[in-house]
Amino acid sequence: MPGYDKLIFELSSPGRIGYSLPAADVPASDPKELLPSKHLRATPPELPEVSEFDVVRHYSRLSQMNYGVDTHFYPLGSCTMKYNPKINEDMARLGGFARLHPLAPEACAQGALQLMWELGQDLAEIAGMDAVSLQPAAGAQGELAGVLMIRAYHLARGERRTKVLVPDSAHGTNPASTAIAGYRVVQLKSDSEGGADLMDLERSLDEEVAALMITVPNTLGLFEPRILEISEMCHAKGTQVYMDGANLNAILGITRPGDLGFDVCHFNLHKTFTTPHGGGGPGAGPVGVKAHLEPFLPTPVVTKTDDAYALDWKRPQSIGKLQAFWGNFGMLVRAYTYIRTMGPDGLRAVADNAILNANYLMKRLEPYYDLPHPGPCMHECVFSARRQKKLGVSAMDVAKRLLDLGFYAPSTYFPLIVEEALMIEPTETESKETLDAFCDAMIQIAREAESNPQVIHDAPQTTPVRRLDQTLAARQPDLRWRPRRA
Amino acid sequence: MRYISNTSAQQKEMLRSIGAASLEDLLSPIPSKARLSRPLNLPAALAEADLIRHMRRLASRNADADEVVCFLGGGAYDHYIPSPINHLISRGEFFTAYTPYQPEASQGTLRTIYEYQTMIAELTGMDVANASIYDGASSLAEAALMAHSATEGRAELVISRGVNPLHRQVVAAYAEGPALRMKEIPISDGATDLAALKKAVSGKTAAVIIQSPNFFGCLEDVQAAADICHGGGALMIVATDPVSLGLLTPPGALGADIVVGEGQGLGVPLSYGGPNLGVFATTTDLIRRLPGRLVGATVDRDGKRGFVLTLQTREQHIRREKATSNICTNVALCALMATIYVALLGKQGLRKVGELALAKAHYAAEALTKIPGVRLRFTAPFFKEFVLQLPKSPERVVKRLAKEKILAGIPLKPFDRTLKDCLLVAVTEKRTRQEIDMFVQALSQAVA
Amino acid sequence: MGNYPADLKYTKEHEWARMEGNRARVGITAYAQEQLGDVVFVELPKVGTKVSQMQPFGVVESVKAVSDLFAPLSGEVVEVNAELVKKPELVNQDPYGKGWMLVIQVSSPQEANALLTAQQYEEFLAKGGH
Repeated sequence: MPGYDKLIFELSSPGRIGYSLPAADVPASDPKELLPSKHLRATPPELPEVSEFDVVRHYSRLSQMNYGVDTHFYPLGSCTMKYNPKINEDMARLGGFARLHPLAPEACAQGALQLMWELGQDLAEIAGMDAVSLQPAAGAQGELAGVLMIRAYHLARGERRTKVLVPDSAHGTNPASTAIAGYRVVQLKSDSEGGADLMDLERSLDEEVAALMITVPNTLGLFEPRILEISEMCHAKGTQVYMDGANLNAILGITRPGDLGFDVCHFNLHKTFTTPHGGGGPGAGPVGVKAHLEPFLPTPVVTKTDDAYALDWKRPQSIGKLQAFWGNFGMLVRAYTYIRTMGPDGLRAVADNAILNANYLMKRLEPYYDLPHPGPCMHECVFSARRQKKLGVSAMDVAKRLLDLGFYAPSTYFPLIVEEALMIEPTETESKETLDAFCDAMIQIAREAESNPQVIHDAPQTTPVRRLDQTLAARQPDLRWRPRRA
Repeated sequence: MRYISNTSAQQKEMLRSIGAASLEDLLSPIPSKARLSRPLNLPAALAEADLIRHMRRLASRNADADEVVCFLGGGAYDHYIPSPINHLISRGEFFTAYTPYQPEASQGTLRTIYEYQTMIAELTGMDVANASIYDGASSLAEAALMAHSATEGRAELVISRGVNPLHRQVVAAYAEGPALRMKEIPISDGATDLAALKKAVSGKTAAVIIQSPNFFGCLEDVQAAADICHGGGALMIVATDPVSLGLLTPPGALGADIVVGEGQGLGVPLSYGGPNLGVFATTTDLIRRLPGRLVGATVDRDGKRGFVLTLQTREQHIRREKATSNICTNVALCALMATIYVALLGKQGLRKVGELALAKAHYAAEALTKIPGVRLRFTAPFFKEFVLQLPKSPERVVKRLAKEKILAGIPLKPFDRTLKDCLLVAVTEKRTRQEIDMFVQALSQAVA
Repeated sequence: MGNYPADLKYTKEHEWARMEGNRARVGITAYAQEQLGDVVFVELPKVGTKVSQMQPFGVVESVKAVSDLFAPLSGEVVEVNAELVKKPELVNQDPYGKGWMLVIQVSSPQEANALLTAQQYEEFLAKGGH
C-alpha cells in the first residue's frame, strides 16, 4: 500500500463543508446585537475546511497506520490487551445510556443508577472488598483516590503519617499518585526472587508509614507468596495496605485482594474487564475499600433504598470529588456487560487461561532469552534481552523487529529492576496457534541476533515509518501543525 | 466461553509442554489459606440475546436525550454529533490500540493527537495543547497543581464562584495533598466580582481561576481578571467551553496562561457524565510543566515525517514521584471524537454552532421571561446558558416538566442556597423553536 | 580509559569542577553524558541562587531519563551557560568545554578536599560508578 502522509489541515480547501447543522428557526439575530463586541472572536481559528467524505477517508487511512488488538497480537505486559467484545459496544451505545445527561433527575436515570449499583456490588465481590467507588477515571486516579482515603482515615484518627512505601518494581503511577496525595515516597527493594524484601520492609515500617502500595501479582508476573505475612506486618504498625489492581486478571475467582489483607485496591476496567484502550484511554479505575475506609469514599455514592436508586451526597468524611460527574459511565456499561456475559465460572476461566498461556509462552521462550526470575509465572513473564545485548541487539531492537514480523511489541524496559526487560502478557483470549506464531517470531529474532543482527537493526521496514528521531522531537518540540509559508 | 480460544485438548497439550500435571501446579505460589474456596457470588452468565434484553430494560429506565427535550447543561450538553464520528472511532485499529509507545506501529493515533493538539491550540488561542486529561474538572485541578509548581510553591488558589461548583470540588480534592488554600471570590450579577478579586490577589497567589462562559452561562471580563492576576505575579487559569470558541474571543487573546475546559460538546456523547474530554492548553514557556502526554513531529531514519510521544521525562513512567502529574491513561478516544468533530465542523461550522446556540438561547430567555413571575437572575451577557428565577420551587417545576418529557434545567439550590429559587437552563443549537415554545408553554402552566 | 582531565575535581554523581580562582566552573563528565545518551534539555538555576555541596541544583534530561545535577561545591551561582537552552547537545559534544553548566562563587574552598581527583574518579568508575 503506497504511503499516506497527510494531516487533515493539508486537505483543506476554502468553502468546503462537512457538517449539517439544524436550521436557524428562531428570529435571526446578529451576534453583535446579543453580545458586546469584545467577547466576539476577531479572527476565525485556523481549522480545516473539508467534506464529510474527506474526513471519512482521511481517518480511515490513518487508522490503517495503527496496530490494534483487533488486527494484531498485542503482548504488552502489564496492559492486559485482551479482546474487546463487540456486544459491549452495542450496549454502551443504547440511547438510554449514551444520551443520558448526568444531571437528569434521578427518577429519569434509574436504569443507569441500578447498573452502577450492581457493578459496584460485583466488583466488591470480585475483590473481597466492602464498598466500591466507580468514580475514578483511570488507574492512576483510582490510586489517588485510595491514597487520599488512607490519608483521611489516619487524620480522622488523629495520626499525621508522612510516608508511603512503594517497591522499586512498581508502576510509575504509584509513586506519582502518592506524591500528589502529599506523601513522601520511600522505595522498597525487591529481593533476588523478585518479591518484596521483607528485611527492607521490616526496617522501613514505622509509625510514620501511612501505607504500603504493592501490585499483585507483581510486575514480574510473580505472585508474592508471603503476601499474608506482609499485610500482617503492616497492620501491626497501623499501616494500610494498597493493592495496585493492574494485574487483577491473573487472580479472578482464585483469590481476592480483600482476603489477602488489602484495605484498598483499584480496578482497571480497561485491562481486566475488556473496555477498549482506545489508543490511550478512556479507562476507568474504580476503587474498592474495606468497611473502615467506606466513610471516606468520593462523593456521591450510589445507594439503593427500597426500589429506588439514588446518589448520596451527605458524606461528611468523604475525600470529595475527582471527576465532575459520577465516573466514566460508558466504560462502566461495557464492564458490566462483560461481567454479565462471563458469570462466575467464566471469570475464573479467564484467570486460569491467562496463567496457562503465560506459562506456555515462558516455557517455549526460556531457552532463547534470559529469564531472571523463573516461574511458574502468573499472567505474564519478564525476560531479559541481556544475552542479545552482548551481540548488540537491545530489547528495543527486538521490539522493532517484532513489528516487521506482524506482532505488536512486549513492554520494554519495565519493570526497571530487570535489565533489557521484555515483559510479555498474552492474556486468555489468544489461542495456542497465535502464541506459537509469536514464539516462532521471537525465536527467529534470537537466532538473527547471532547470525544476522543487521536485519534487526534495520527494523522496522514494513511499518508506515521507520525508526523515528526521538532526540530531534525532544530538542526542538514541534507540537502543532502550522501552514507552510509560501 | 466464546472469549477464550483454547480448546480443552489444547489446554492439556500446553500443560504437558510446561511440565505441569494440572493448572493447580501453576497456582502453587498462592497460599491455600488465601484461596477462594467457592465460586464468586455473581449472577450466572447470560446468553447474548438475554443480555441484550436485560440491558435494554435498564436503558429504557433512563431519559434518552433524543426521546425527551433536554435543556440541561452545567458542564454537559446535548450538542449535535455528526454520524461519521461513531463509525470512525469504532474502527478496531483506533479503538483497540494501546497508548502509542511504539510509534512505528501507532502513526494513526499519533497523527490524530497531533491534529487534536493543533485544533485545541487554535481554538483556545494558546501555543500548545496536551493530548487530553480525563475531564474538564480534573484538567482544572491539574492546572492548579501546575501553577503551584510553576510559581515555585505558592500555595494559594484564588477561584471565582462562577467556576462550576462540581469542578471546584475536584480542585479541592487535588489541593488536599499539597495543602493548597482556596480563596473563593463572589460573583456580582452573574460575573466575578473584580474588586473582590483585586483585594484577594497577593504575592502568595499561585493562580487566579475563572470560567468563561461561567457556570451561570455568563461571560467574564477575562482580560481584566488576567491583568489583576499578573499584577500579583500569579498564573491566569481560564476554564472555558471549547464549543463556544468558534464564535467567542479565545482566552489566549485575553491573557490566559493556562486554558482548560470540558470538551464533551465537541462530539462526545453525554453518557451520563463520562467519559468526557479534559482540554488543556498553555504557553510555550510552560511546556515542561505540562501534565499528560504530548505528541511531536519528527522524522524517521529515511527523513520521512513521523510522530512520537515527546517530552516524556515530565511523566510518571520516567520521573515517578517527581512527575508533573500522575496521569497515565487519558481519554485518547474522546480526543479523537473531538478531532473528527472539529474537522467536520471546520472553520465555518464551529462558528455557526456558536451563532445558533447564542441565538436560540436568547430567543428562549426572552420567551421564558415573558411568563409572569419568571425573570433572568443576572443581567451579565450570556452565551448558551442562563439562570431563571422562578416563582415556584424549581425542584417541583423540574419534576412536573419531566413528566411531559422536558428536562427543564438544573435547580441551583444544591450548589448555592442564595439561588434556591433559580433554574439553570441550557439551549444548544439542537433545540428547535418548536421545542423552545413547548417549554415556554409547559413552564407557564407549571408556575401559574 | 576515558577522558578525565587531571586539572578537574569530580563527584561520585559525575559532575566536574574546575577551580578558577575563587570560582568553580561546573559540568558533567564524559561518562555521565555517555550514560545519558543524547541530552535534550538542561534545567539550570538562575544567577544569584545559592547552592550547597552535593545538593541538587538542576536536572539534565535525555529522551527517556532524567538526572539530578549535584553541586560539587557550595556557593552562589554567578554565571549559567545560556547556550545550553538552545543547544543541549553541547553537553554531549564537549562536556568539559562548551558543555559547561554554571560558575559558582565558592563560599567554602576547603570543601574541594572532599572531591575526587581524576585518578580517584576513574577508579570509582572502574568499580561500577555507583
